[in-house]
This record gives sequence, structure tokens and C-alpha cells, in this order.
Amino acid sequence: MQYHTPGSFDDAATIAAKAEGVTRFLAGGTDVLVQLRADMVTPDVLIDIKHIDGVSDIAREDGGWRIGVAVTGAEMTEHPELDKEWPGVVEAMDLIGSTQIQGRATLVGNLCNGSPAADSVPAMIAAGASVSVVGPDGSRTIKVEDVPTGPGRTSLEKGEVVSAVHLPARGDNGGDAYLRFIPRTEMDIAVVGCGVNLRLDGDRVAEARVSLGAVAPTVLLVEEAAQAVIGTTLDAAALEALSAAASAACKPINDKRGTIEFRTHVAGVLAKRAAKIAYDRAGGAK
Amino acid sequence: MAPDGHGTNGFKVVGTRPNRPDGVDKVTGRAKFGADAAAPGMLHAAIVRSPHAHAKILKIDSAKAEAMKGVKAVVTRADFAEGLTGENWNILENVMASDTALYDGHAVAAVAASTPLAARDAAKLIEVEYELLPHVTDVDKAMGSGAPVIRTGAADKSVPEGMHPNVVRYHESGHGDVEKGFAEADLVLEDSFKTEATHQGYIEPHACLAQLGPDGKGEVWCCTQGHFNVQKVCAALVGTDASQLRVTPSEIGGGFGGKTVVFIEPVALALSRKANRPVKLVMSRSEVFRATGPTASTSMDIKIGMTRDGKITAAQGVFRLQGGAFPGAPMEFTAMCAFAPYALENVHQVGYDVMSNRPKQAAYRAPGSPMAAFAVESVVDQLCNELDLDPIEVRLKNASKEGTKASFGPKFDRIGLVETLEAAKAHPHHKAPLAEGQGRGISCGFWFNHGGETAVSLALSEDGTVSLSVGTPDIGGSRASMGQMAAEELGIPYEKIRTTVADTATLGYNEISHGSRVTYASGLATIQAARDTVQKLCARAAAKWGIDEDAVVWEDGCAKPSGPNAGEFEPLPLARIARSMGRTGGPIVGHFEATPEGAGVSFATHIVDAEVDKETGQTKVVRYTVVQDAGKAIHPTYVEGQFQGGAAQGIGWALNEEYIYGEDGRLQNSLFLDYRIPVASDLPMIDTVIVEVPNPGHPYGVRGVGETSICPPLAAIANAVSNAAGVRLKELPMSPPRILAALAAQADG
Repeated sequence: MQYHTPGSFDDAATIAAKAEGVTRFLAGGTDVLVQLRADMVTPDVLIDIKHIDGVSDIAREDGGWRIGVAVTGAEMTEHPELDKEWPGVVEAMDLIGSTQIQGRATLVGNLCNGSPAADSVPAMIAAGASVSVVGPDGSRTIKVEDVPTGPGRTSLEKGEVVSAVHLPARGDNGGDAYLRFIPRTEMDIAVVGCGVNLRLDGDRVAEARVSLGAVAPTVLLVEEAAQAVIGTTLDAAALEALSAAASAACKPINDKRGTIEFRTHVAGVLAKRAAKIAYDRAGGAK
Repeated sequence: MAPDGHGTNGFKVVGTRPNRPDGVDKVTGRAKFGADAAAPGMLHAAIVRSPHAHAKILKIDSAKAEAMKGVKAVVTRADFAEGLTGENWNILENVMASDTALYDGHAVAAVAASTPLAARDAAKLIEVEYELLPHVTDVDKAMGSGAPVIRTGAADKSVPEGMHPNVVRYHESGHGDVEKGFAEADLVLEDSFKTEATHQGYIEPHACLAQLGPDGKGEVWCCTQGHFNVQKVCAALVGTDASQLRVTPSEIGGGFGGKTVVFIEPVALALSRKANRPVKLVMSRSEVFRATGPTASTSMDIKIGMTRDGKITAAQGVFRLQGGAFPGAPMEFTAMCAFAPYALENVHQVGYDVMSNRPKQAAYRAPGSPMAAFAVESVVDQLCNELDLDPIEVRLKNASKEGTKASFGPKFDRIGLVETLEAAKAHPHHKAPLAEGQGRGISCGFWFNHGGETAVSLALSEDGTVSLSVGTPDIGGSRASMGQMAAEELGIPYEKIRTTVADTATLGYNEISHGSRVTYASGLATIQAARDTVQKLCARAAAKWGIDEDAVVWEDGCAKPSGPNAGEFEPLPLARIARSMGRTGGPIVGHFEATPEGAGVSFATHIVDAEVDKETGQTKVVRYTVVQDAGKAIHPTYVEGQFQGGAAQGIGWALNEEYIYGEDGRLQNSLFLDYRIPVASDLPMIDTVIVEVPNPGHPYGVRGVGETSICPPLAAIANAVSNAAGVRLKELPMSPPRILAALAAQADG
């Protein structure tokens, strides 16, 4: 196994482009190292991106935020302002793993692991987040929802590496929330996850994004669910329509963590509950 | 043995809560667990396991592995003893497959190399050629017609003719006429229940260091609940004399029954013999799940008749237990414990031990009993609901008492079931109001408890301190309670005694730490060894004073003349006699060896409140109270810990823990991520009430407490959840998908 510690994303991309065999970027390592230990993935080339300048920074950018690829869950939770603007994204990240894991785990790692059950991904998609990608042919920006393509797979090309996450400006009268279902209270993987982001005009929903996790091969952005609440005051009828649209979008599987029926039903329940929280956070309850 | 003059009062040390002797070692990391053993020149081993549920082993080619740098030995079944019979053959077959892999994870070969990584890599290079066979993992399917046969000829004579060959043992017991009893009932309910296999979930994986020379002499250091059993089994499996094999137990990071079994020690010994080097073998968590001993899974039918005023007129149960690819599922315990809390005129129970393509089941706290309580107490709860009767009153009305003919045969001696029910009834929890969405569940539970072969030795040091050697690994605080009992008898402070779990060369044979036997049996032996010591101390005093030995008594840690007629002498403290013992007759050592048979049975009553989210099926246990008869609590904190531990494990078993097998017969969830034991935040504070109805079979009245505590939880939680959800849950675990499915089925009518 080769282990590299590049000093820039260009170098990281160059190493990755030339790498032979199984290649993994290493940030927190909470997936890469676990998969290595469990004999699931033994990388031939490991590229540690934690030594690149700025990867641990949370910085203002165009009224929103630029979050480095090595920023940990704990750093996001402890940040004085991030949680005020994007509480849904922060709480989603904070749900992952234990206190120890929170000291290592990163948004980008959660995204690039490609799991449909990744907690932070529905929250980022609902927030309208994007990522910068550096590759052998230059840089590009991709919406988060366009990164995962299937369980364990992403749209990143060989040699491409994510260099930052961008959260848009929060703006006024907005709120987001993330809920997941697990059978226990912590230390588990989402059986269903749901991120909702709303912007209000008065007490009416003007903009909405609804995202579901663990109910399809990739995290879903559910346009029909957003349409179900736009223009409403999130009354009972709107919530039922939201729930039905969320359930209708599900294409889950039966596995050790849940059944098709269960996931489909609970997606609707979580969509309602998350929408109510987001609505309150956007000021709708006042 | 009758309780002596102590009664339940008058103790100085017993019943207090001194610091645990292993506390500092454990919180500082100094304690040596199984994987902490090391030896010069030590090799590391890895086991090659079958990825198939059932497959013929056609060929094992280890050439590539043996050619690898650092590899020192490879073993297969050919490297173990031949010609074994009975249980030794079963154990060896489980430790290392012969011609057929019987379950996913079954060991087929092992390798020892200079580093753990080299051993792991070498294991991947051992090529095994399999021919897949049809498999079965469900108990009902395994005994149904057309099920693949795990092994012909495994059934014993108890099995009625015409059963599938996978049914290997049969049990029937009871008394009276159940049909007559059902005819007398105002309401008869009949229902079927299933429970999935669960794992003890001990935090420390199995680990050992073993060494076996060409001269047949060997040593094993390992984490086990019974090192004498490890000695006996390993000697048979590798073909050496038991006395040539010395086994030393490590600290143990949990066992709960799962470490009563031998899995890896014979493999390490066989590798060591081949390599002529010490060999260390440590299981991964995944290996622990796939290839140690989970519980049996069950399928049960219960029928109970009750009069309008709550009298049970008849009860019957059929209990089918799947115990993996070997005989031994504890169906007779399931059958015998099922109705034990009830004094019944008409009762009948049947058990089936069924083989399937799963790992060989092992004990897990009161093996077989929790499942029986789940099924029986669910039906009793339904009867109470339908007849509008109080669940505690109904249990009191039918409770087994001293002199009751037990559902499994003998008459009960003095027991404390009624006392636990009365204490539960008096507890504030019983009458506390429930919030919206919550339900309450009550259940009783029963376990036999056990005595078993026991040997204890107690040696004085010249400075007046005491070395107490016991042969039962400390899995629940026994070093503290043994020290307390010895201190009580000797009349010296607890701190002056060090209790050691001694190796197999130090003491006579000690049965495994199982059956909740240790505080009872090793405790009894400790008391007797201390009394033996006291007799010797009194003899030294008598000799010094020149009076008869029976004119000396032992009080407050001193030899004293028994009365004015014996003469006037200053009391002689233990330390003074010990200081001169070399000159007065030599070392003073007390000992006791016996197989005590008076382990008193133990009953418990649990009260649980659960809250169910009917939209998601999620259950939260909001309040839990354990009431149990401990006979006499030697160290109440440890007793409370056992009560809480049983409840905590029961909560996991009831709600989320399960072995999940895929269509391919492979275990799907062999990590703690998806084998969902409760985390701390899943549990409420678990309240405990210690009831003390002395066991007539122990000098202080001790009853074992480790196992009864897991008997009622499955049922109590199922009753609470069913009452909260408004639908009866009949299958464990009551995972959220199952609860939602039950609610949906009810809504569909």
C-alpha cells in the first residue's frame, strides 16, 4: 500500500490520476479505515488530504459558507455561527457516530463514501449545497445531489478530488431541519433520513427543498414533495400531501435495517416532522 | 445444609458494600484480559472459516500459505485427536470441521505466523474447495418435511418415531389432566410466539495464548468462565493428559454463559504443537458473532385456561428450539421454566431440540427460560386484559409457594415468589400514572440455579492476612463477595483478604462459573474453608494454653476460652497465631471440597413502562423496576448490578437484537453496528428491589441472582409494548418494522 500526503489539491489529483489499483482519499478515515480493517476495501493507494492548506477551515463565502474537506463534525457543531444559519446541516452531521467519531468524521467523507444512508447528504441537498472538485483537467463545481450515483459510487472521475463544500447564503425567513429514523437513540445508521429546507413569505412557504436518504440507491431530491408545500401555510392538508409525495418517491429495498413498507411509510412521517421543524425555524410559528 | 445461627441479621461484613478488589486494575487499564497475554517467541494465529451455510469440504490446499514468509504452521482437522465420542466429538466438530462445513463461520483450518497481519494474509491464501449443500436456518422449517438433513443419526432415543432427523431430542413433562382443566375454564386462550437468536454481546472477544510441547506438556492463558473445563476439553481434543495442561484464566470482559464453551484454545494448542512456539489467538467481533454460541431461536405454542376470577385451570406449552448444527438447544429448560411461577393442577409441556445450519448455541443467562416466560406471560397478560383482572393479583392468586408441586415435577422448598409480587405491588411504580402512548407490562420469571463441583483453599500469611483461592472465574463480583464471607467467618477486615481465581494446578476441579452458582457454591465452600481454618486456629490456641480444643471459641477474630471453666487467657487474635504458626505446627490452610446441592431457586417480578411511537414503531422504555429474591445479598451493589444487567440485556433482546440470516444462509449482521444492543441512552435508570427469602441450602441463605434477572424482561416489555400499541406482539425482537406491520395488520382487520 502506498501512502501519500500531498500539499495541494492539484498534487492530490495528479497522484490519484496516476494511481494504479484501488485508490482512496483519506480525510477523517471513519469509513476508509473501518472498511480496511473489516477486509471490505484494501486500498493500494491512500492519499491523505489533511495536509493541504485550508482544509480545516470554515469560512464566509458570498454570504454563505465554505467548509474545508477535513472539517470535523465536532468543529461544525462547535462553530459559533454555522448552526444559527444551517441548523439542519449541522444536526445531520452531528448525528453520525460517537463522540470519538465526531472528532474525525467529515462532510465530504460522508458524501464520497456514496452511502444512500449518509446523514449529512440529505441535509446538504436540501440546503442546496455544492462541492468544488479538482481534477487533472482543472476544476468544476457540482451540486451535492449530482455526486452520488449509486451505493458506494460517485460521479467523480478518476483523479478528481473534492476540495470544499459550499453552503449558500441563508437569507431571510429560511430554516432547515434533518431527521433520521434509527431503532436506537444513537450509534446507528439511518433506516430513513429526511432533510427539509424552507423559505417563507409571511406564513406561506415560498421555496422548499425536500431530500430523502436510505430509501433509494442514492439520496433523493424530491421535487413533488417540495411542490406539495409551496404556497401553503404547512397546514394539515399540505403535510399529508408532503407525506404522500415523500412516500411515493421511495424506491427502497428490504434489508437487515428495514423493510420496503417500513421505509416508505416512515419517509412520509419524517418529511412531515422535519418540515414542521424547518417551518418553525424559518419563523413560521411566530 | 441448614442456615446456621446468623439468620439474616447479625452480619458485620456481609450485606455491606466494600470497594471491589478489581476496581483499580480495571479503571487504570492494568487488568490483564485474554488478549493481554504474551510470551517470548509468540506466534499469532488466524482461522479460516466457511463462507457457506452448508457445504461439503472437498479439498484444503495450504501450499501457498505455507510458502509465505513468516508462516510457521497450518492445522486442519487431521491435527486433532481421533476417535472421540459423545460431547467431545461434538465440541471438536464445532472447533474444526471434518468433512462438512455446517454453518457460515464454521472453522475449517487455521494458520500461525510471526505477526497478526501475516496470519490474516496467510489465512486468505488457504484454498478450500466446497460443494454447496442445501441449508436451513429457521426452526420451523428445519423440522418440516423436506428440510435438508444436517446429520443423520444425531437424534437420541427420546425422539418419537416419524420426526424429521433434525429433531434430535424430545422432552415431555407435567401433571394432571389439561383437557379437564381447560373444560373448567371460563376463558381459554391459545397463541403462538417466535423469538430470534441473540448473542450475549460480551465486550471482550475470545482470546487465548497457548503452548504445547512435543512432551505433551502445555499451558493455556485464556478468558473463560471455566478453566477446569478448558483443561478437560482441550486435553481430550488435542490428545494429551489433563494434568499436563495447566490453564490460567484471565480477567474476563463479560461472559453471560457464552464463555462456558471452548472454541479457540484447542486450535491454538494444535498450532503450537506443530510450530513448537507459543501461539496467540484472538477472535474478531465478526468471528464472535458468526462462530461462538448465540442463544437458540424458538417457536412456541401456549394454551392457558382461566376462570373469571383469575384462577388458572390448565396450561400447556409446546417449545421448539433451534440450537445450531449440534444437539443441545435447552428446550427442556424452556419447558420446565415456562409455568414454574404458577401452582397448577393441570400442566403439560413438550420440547423439541432441532438442528439447523447455524452456530452451536451456548448458554446465555438462564438458557431457555426468558423465551418461555415471553410466551407464557404474554398469554397470561392477554387473559388478564380480557377478563379485566389485575396482573399482579392474578399472579398472586396462582403463585407457586413452599410445598407447591412445581410444573416440572418436584415440590418447591422455601421460595420467594409471593414476596417479590407483594414488593412489586407495594412499589410506587406499580401505581404510577401512565402518559399518553405508554403501556405497562408485568412479568414473573424463574430460574433453577445450580451448585456443582467446587474446591476452595484459604491460606494465612505470617502477617495475619489471608489468601483465598477460588476456582470459579469472577464474572459478577465474586471476589468481593467471597472476601466478605471469609472476613465474616474469620472476624477480620475485608481488606485483609485477597481473593484470587487460581489456576488448574492449584485447586481441585471446579465446575464452570455458570448456573448462578458461584456466590452460592464457591461462597458456601469459602465459608466452610474459613471454618476449617478457624478450627485449626483454635487448635493452636488450645495447644498454647494447654486446654482442650473444644474449650476454645472463635469470636471477633480471636481465639478465646469458651467460658470460665476453660481457664482465664487473653484472647489470641488471628495475626498473633499466624505470626508463630511456623513454630506451632506449620502453615495454616483451610480448605473445602464438595458438590453442594442446595442451590435455592430464584424468582423475580419485573414492571416496565414503554412508550410506542405508532407512526414509526419506535419503542422507548421509560421506566423499569426489577424485584428479585436474592436469598441473602452478600454485596448488595453487585446484586443490584446483576438485576440491572439482566434487565438491560433483556431490553436489547426484546426490542432490537437478532441474528439475521440471508437467503444464502449467511449471517447478515455480524458487527455491533447492525447487531443492535442497547446503548446507554436507550435505557432508563433501572430501579431495583432486593427481596431476601433465605435459601435453606446455604449457611447465609444465598440464592444465585445472575440469571433470573433476564427471565422476565422479554415478557414484561412485550406486555408493556402490546398494551401501549394496542396490538399483541408475538415475535421477538419487537423491532420498529414489526410493530408497524402489526399495527397495519390490525388496521386491515
